[in-house]
Amino acid sequence: MKKALLTVIALVAALAAAMLPGARAEAKELLGAGATFPFPYYSKLFDTYNQEKGVKVNYQAIGSGGGIQQLKAKTVDFGGTDDFMKDKEMAEAGAPILHIPTCLGAVVITYNVPGDPAIKLTPSLIVDIFLGRIEKWNDKRILDVNPGAQLPDMNIATVHRSDGSGTTAIFSDYLSTVSAEWKERVGAGKSLNWPNGLGAKGNPGVAGLVKQVPGAIGYVELIYAVQNKMPYADVKNKSGVFIKPSMKSVTAAAGVAIPDDTRVSIVNTAAKDGYPISGFTWLVFYKEQNYAGRSKEKATDLANLMGWILHEGQQLAEGLDYAPLPAEAVKKAEAILKSATYDGASIVQ
Amino acid sequence: MIKVSFDSIFKTVLKAVGVLMLLLLAGIFVTLVIDSLPAMKAAGFAFFTGTTWDPVFKEYGSLVFLVGTLLTSFLALAISLPFSLAIAIFLGEYFRSGLVSSFLKSAIELMAGIPSVIFGMWGLFVLVPLVRQVEMQFGVAPYGIGILTASLILAVMIIPYSASISSDVVNLVPADLKEAALSLGATRYEMIKKVVLPSARSGIFAGVLLSLGRAIGETMAVTMVIGNANILPTSIFSPANTMASIIANEFAEATDAVYISCLIEVGLLLMMVTLVISMIGRYIMHRMKI
Repeated sequence: MKKALLTVIALVAALAAAMLPGARAEAKELLGAGATFPFPYYSKLFDTYNQEKGVKVNYQAIGSGGGIQQLKAKTVDFGGTDDFMKDKEMAEAGAPILHIPTCLGAVVITYNVPGDPAIKLTPSLIVDIFLGRIEKWNDKRILDVNPGAQLPDMNIATVHRSDGSGTTAIFSDYLSTVSAEWKERVGAGKSLNWPNGLGAKGNPGVAGLVKQVPGAIGYVELIYAVQNKMPYADVKNKSGVFIKPSMKSVTAAAGVAIPDDTRVSIVNTAAKDGYPISGFTWLVFYKEQNYAGRSKEKATDLANLMGWILHEGQQLAEGLDYAPLPAEAVKKAEAILKSATYDGASIVQ
Repeated sequence: MIKVSFDSIFKTVLKAVGVLMLLLLAGIFVTLVIDSLPAMKAAGFAFFTGTTWDPVFKEYGSLVFLVGTLLTSFLALAISLPFSLAIAIFLGEYFRSGLVSSFLKSAIELMAGIPSVIFGMWGLFVLVPLVRQVEMQFGVAPYGIGILTASLILAVMIIPYSASISSDVVNLVPADLKEAALSLGATRYEMIKKVVLPSARSGIFAGVLLSLGRAIGETMAVTMVIGNANILPTSIFSPANTMASIIANEFAEATDAVYISCLIEVGLLLMMVTLVISMIGRYIMHRMKI
């Protein structure tokens, strides 16, 4: 039923797009759907691309899960996801799927403590706060890490995302990586069985609730926190350094060995200057582009768009507070793009 | 001749529309049942009794959401009833026409048309701090969001529905009945209490039932203020979750087949609950009609 629903949504979207004045059958258009987190970046990207290359890209931000479903249903040319497809999902797709990373995202821990003190957190503190084991802001363990900080005798209220989201996926992936107990009790995923705390919908929901409830702590996308001038904590990374989340430290987090298919989680990065709660976001599409009666022209358009995102597109990222890809990831992505085929022949040389 | 054939065409069209509505309802029901079969197979009866909703470890129990939905809806109904009854008597008995009445009537209609997300926003920014003050007085965790806040928002949202139907019904109470009561020396209050309300109660109950249906299905405003905690509530200040809200929150990002199916089964459960409540309501309404 979900698939049918999504198909209907995509059809309506496609119809609406087709009915726009000037859009004729020969007008070049690509259809994509998926992750909401990079949507502002993609909007800017696709708008610029349309102006420069005359190819219209219609991207529907319906969520990563929806994007993958749509791709599998072959109603879109590409999907967008914050959480790379697992081997099982890849097998279900019927044919090989390629992942092209487009930029990096990070999850920051935001809080509402009177006086807005700068707070540093270690992985074990984050785990114990979200498990409900540390209940007060002036807990000795928090004070030990933050000597001199004015922390009140106030209850901690944890706030999490109530809707399934890539943000929760990255955050819980991190917690599962640094804590065996978290992995066993709660695990990682887009929706979790939270042991306590309050749930709120979307980044704005979490941000709103944290601002509303004194003593609250929650997690949001870095970009969202930056643009809304929210306080966020420095987090101790694997090398033992407290890292301030920023575009630079997020890009640095990807400065580790990346596998050839770029399907990798970079949480708890080994990079010394890297912020540990970071992750790639990807566009996904079928490796063999001759399916469901697609033309070679369309396949070429798609490949050109991906190539453009990997180069010209990266310069647009920073202006919008998205962390651009490190050079190594771009190199790997180029190789992936070259492996895309139409009728078995490479699309880009 | 032409008149007769037009009449029969009109009748056929009406019939077709009626049948179509039934087919639509049956279609929705059948689709929900078919799509929740994998969930029924995987979770079985534990789906209705389980209190753990864990998509990571694939354990799906929906009792928490059922309790959340029923608790918020009935609490909202209890809060809204005195207000909607007062409005109904005010508009149906005391100020049947005139400036005050038409102003109040349009205000109520306007309120029914406000999108629920606006109520949610208002709840989050105005009601939540107030509830937090109350919670601090009671010494419970001062979140400000939870069942009480959600019920208050729902109450405000459903008042227009029950109030407008009830005032129409109060308006319809035959004048000779009321005059008879007054001629026997009843005061206006006695007349309302002993004549107007008893003869209008079935209609008032219908309005209440309609508003309850709205409360059960409300999603957006509730999800913004209920706290979305998938834990059985321990008091009316606890954060909780409802059936409509869990579907809205998790459906878009659900990828696993059983997980999606479980969310659809929650939808089926929601439909059944609405059905059962409306059937009970109809029965009570039937009994009330003397």
